[in-house]
Amino acid sequence: MPEAIEERFSDNIPDAAIAQINEAYEFGWSQPENYTIKAPKGLSREVVELISKSKEEPAWMLEFRMKALDIYRSKPIPKWGADLSGLDLENIYYYIKPTDMLNSRTWDDVPDDIKRTFDKLGIPESERGMLAGVGAQYESEMVYHNLKEEWEKLGVIFLSIEDGMREHPELFREHFGTVIPPEDNKFAAVNSAVWSGGSFVYVPKGVQVEVPLQTYFRINAENSGQFERTLIIIDEGAYAHYIEGCTAPSYSSDSFHSGVIEIVVKKGARMRYSTIQNWSHNVYNLVTQRAAVYEGAVMEWVDGNLGSKVTMKYPATYLLEPGARGEILSIAMATTGQHQDAGGKVVHFAPNTSSSIVSKSISKNNGRSSYRGLVKIYDGAKNAKSNVECDALLLNDDSRTDTYPYIEIEEKTASVGHEATVSKINDEQVFYLMSRGLSEEAATGLIVRGFIEPIAKELPLEYAVELNRLIELEMEGSVG
Amino acid sequence: MNLEIKDLWVSIDNEMILKGVNLHVPAGQFHAIMGPNGNGKSTLVKAIAGAPEYTIERGEVLYNGVNILELEPDERARQGLYLAFQYPVEIPGVTVANFLRLAIQARTGQEVQFMDFYKKLTRALEILDWDESWVNRYLNQGFSGGEKKRNEILQMLMLEPSCALMDETDSGLDIDALKVVAKGVNAMRSANFSALMITHYNRLLEFIVPDMVHIMVDGRIVKSGGKELAVELEANGYEPVKAMAAAQPAAAF
Repeated sequence: MPEAIEERFSDNIPDAAIAQINEAYEFGWSQPENYTIKAPKGLSREVVELISKSKEEPAWMLEFRMKALDIYRSKPIPKWGADLSGLDLENIYYYIKPTDMLNSRTWDDVPDDIKRTFDKLGIPESERGMLAGVGAQYESEMVYHNLKEEWEKLGVIFLSIEDGMREHPELFREHFGTVIPPEDNKFAAVNSAVWSGGSFVYVPKGVQVEVPLQTYFRINAENSGQFERTLIIIDEGAYAHYIEGCTAPSYSSDSFHSGVIEIVVKKGARMRYSTIQNWSHNVYNLVTQRAAVYEGAVMEWVDGNLGSKVTMKYPATYLLEPGARGEILSIAMATTGQHQDAGGKVVHFAPNTSSSIVSKSISKNNGRSSYRGLVKIYDGAKNAKSNVECDALLLNDDSRTDTYPYIEIEEKTASVGHEATVSKINDEQVFYLMSRGLSEEAATGLIVRGFIEPIAKELPLEYAVELNRLIELEMEGSVG
Repeated sequence: MNLEIKDLWVSIDNEMILKGVNLHVPAGQFHAIMGPNGNGKSTLVKAIAGAPEYTIERGEVLYNGVNILELEPDERARQGLYLAFQYPVEIPGVTVANFLRLAIQARTGQEVQFMDFYKKLTRALEILDWDESWVNRYLNQGFSGGEKKRNEILQMLMLEPSCALMDETDSGLDIDALKVVAKGVNAMRSANFSALMITHYNRLLEFIVPDMVHIMVDGRIVKSGGKELAVELEANGYEPVKAMAAAQPAAAF
């Protein structure tokens, strides 16, 4: 890999927080009226203005978006990862606001067709009961957002990103764009220009949020890009688990999803972010997600990639202060026509920081899964420790897996371990299970489930069940 | 139950391994097959169970009157056959308990009731003198040779086959483990259960007494007799039976 190209993957580290934009903030919000906006295809200053105007944003945000648009235009499409040549960025709607998509406060307010969508998503009854804590994104707006009362009492904020910007302007502005500046990469730039929807979470000092904060995402119109933006701030000593899950129906032409997830985990806090991504198999899913982790704090990413046509996603953790810890569990399944280019990045800036990356990938038919990971340990990060383990399982002769581990160590006292295995479903295992009465399909499925068990067991039970169910669906007909 | 092997010819990679095996194990009986290494004993039981690497060239295997060679391995299992493997494979991430539950469901086509399952499991573990913690481990992963064999018998007790094919279940076991395994197999004895055991040693047959002993050389059964045949074999070695086999060449395929 040429150095310049590699750099684009591995060296996106901002010198510090990006410069604060010190535009005066004008408080001028009102509830938007009930209307429909669909911006023309393609990206232009007009489209960005339209988005900003429809959200009645402060001036600094419009300026931020415009600057990001310029950055986006100045950057080439990255060539170091998955094949993106099928992605026609000019032929995409960058903003759609469906009708009746105002933030709803109660379940009764949620429109019927969206309830049907939830039905199709198969959200279990038990979770609907918990929907008081669910923010659901449909198209490009939050349709349903209700915070559990006890959280409100604790001072926990769980809002749509727009409401977060509106209701908590200072907190929002202090952190927005600081973990992932638009300069980071082309897709972070496009998101910064046209972002819409997503979540804003703040957990105050010392507050432990025991019930996971959950949200469902869904793309529903042909050629609609989805550029959700999530900002999560876990204050000192606090804890939260945020779960994002998404599924999308099939489309006749390619769709584009480029999210940006920024997380700040302050001193002594702990944050877990779990995703099971199941976009339809025509979606380009190019996501930038990163956590800034401070002294003694812990960040855990649990990242599942089952859907999409092409995914490029490497949850990143920057261990900025002593004793910070990062864990990344990544699971990918690539079947016919899919390329999952996933993994993780950990950058150690400070002494006694530690990290682990565990990646499991499954490739079926001509599917391709790649592990791409970075461990970087800066000079001075004394006694930093990192361990990387990536295992790939191939189900067919023409399935493919690749491993691209980048390890850059400047610190002599650091210790880094790396282990990679590739295995094929072997006939002996299948025969063993079949000789006990399991069908070939059930036998293969069980081997696959066993393979991902180390990650599935980290998920809350209902999500582990969902993950297994999704994998079973993908496995259907895998036996000729 | 009633297992009949008729003129069975089996090859692997174009090499003929079984050259016309005839054998009858009636319901309720235990038969042993002995013989030198590399003469087709394992091939016989694996081919009966449906291992994909073997090609059936000719013959049939009737199980309760059904030619099971036409069935998939899982269908054979559902007919009541069970193969205790010589080298059980590891299945990472799948616990013994979960696997047993799924296998019972697959065989019976019915959901397993937890209490029934648990009772049965407790009984089986008791017979095998095994701690319950074993069923929470991943299937065969990190098991010693002896533990794997014990696990094969645990599965047999749980799945309750009507015919067990045991491929050197005794090899690699010390005498205590052998007794435990024998206890498990003997617990299966009934008028509706039959077993075909492959072994090198008479030692196993002291604990699991066979109704008949067969000697296999060069892909054929060259001699059959009662349990005293195993004693005789242990005393004289394989040379006499090898000579006997050489004197009566296999029929041409």
